[in-house]
Amino acid sequence: MAGRNEPLDAIKSRRNGTLNALVNSVPYIRWLGITFDRRGDELTAVLPFDEKLIGNPMLPAIHGGVTAAFLEVTAIVELTWSAIWEDMEQGRIAPDAAVPESLPRLPKTIDFTVDYLRSGLPRDAYARARVVRSGRRYASVHVEAWQDHRSKLFAQATGHFLMPQNG
Amino acid sequence: MNGASPEDDPEQRRRIARQFIEIIPHARALGMSLDKLSPEGTEISLPWREDLVGDPDSGVIHGGVISALMDTCSGAAVMAHPAGARSTATIDLRIDYMRAATPGQTIRARAECYHVTRSVAFVRAWAMDDDESRPVAAATGAFTIER
Repeated sequence: MAGRNEPLDAIKSRRNGTLNALVNSVPYIRWLGITFDRRGDELTAVLPFDEKLIGNPMLPAIHGGVTAAFLEVTAIVELTWSAIWEDMEQGRIAPDAAVPESLPRLPKTIDFTVDYLRSGLPRDAYARARVVRSGRRYASVHVEAWQDHRSKLFAQATGHFLMPQNG
Repeated sequence: MNGASPEDDPEQRRRIARQFIEIIPHARALGMSLDKLSPEGTEISLPWREDLVGDPDSGVIHGGVISALMDTCSGAAVMAHPAGARSTATIDLRIDYMRAATPGQTIRARAECYHVTRSVAFVRAWAMDDDESRPVAAATGAFTIER
């Protein structure tokens, strides 16, 4: 598996299949409408705008809780994705949304701190997470979210997570 | 009127704060209801729902839902505070997830402003399920006071 001459279709279907299984197995991610773009191992979370995400109808602006949730979802998916990458590439796991036992166990959030930099506009939002430190038990993840301009963040967050233990 | 602004009237203040919650589309979409609103603090509850689950293994509600509940409850506490904010926005919010909320149980959040300056409110919030002796999560946040 993952050899230099492995067919491109096989690589893409393994990686996309794993990512889809991971994302689609969480009801709340579907409810918020979050999807993930993948370029190699790099993930970008996308939150398409929807009326139900509004927190301040006067401005209007995205709800602060939605922003927090979007960042937390991005952090958890990135952390899980990077933790299972090697097993996925070696063919040791093949998560399938239809087979609950095949899904990776998710890290648990210990704490999460959101820094609100500007109000979330009524349009699509994007986020990327960076695993700053990942040990056997604990991980620290930083997340950035933006809308129109990659360099103009509307929120960032740091979270600590308890990694799932095998066995 | 003795020069008093409408925001000085407690009844008016309660009405403004209640509307603040009821017109928030996201609070409605999540199924929040405002249980208590007073200058001392606010309480908002949110019933468990299948589509809000974050861990399909256990049926535990997603942390993001707790964040939204805590943020809304904290914002409502700022609006209900005698400081008389016309509007508020979150500056930062830290949430400690102390344990998983029990699947199927309603989550109740309580928030209070523990210090308020002219332009900033410092808020603490807790989230509980049926076992109120062991909070599910705790939060601290800073909120703007728009005048």
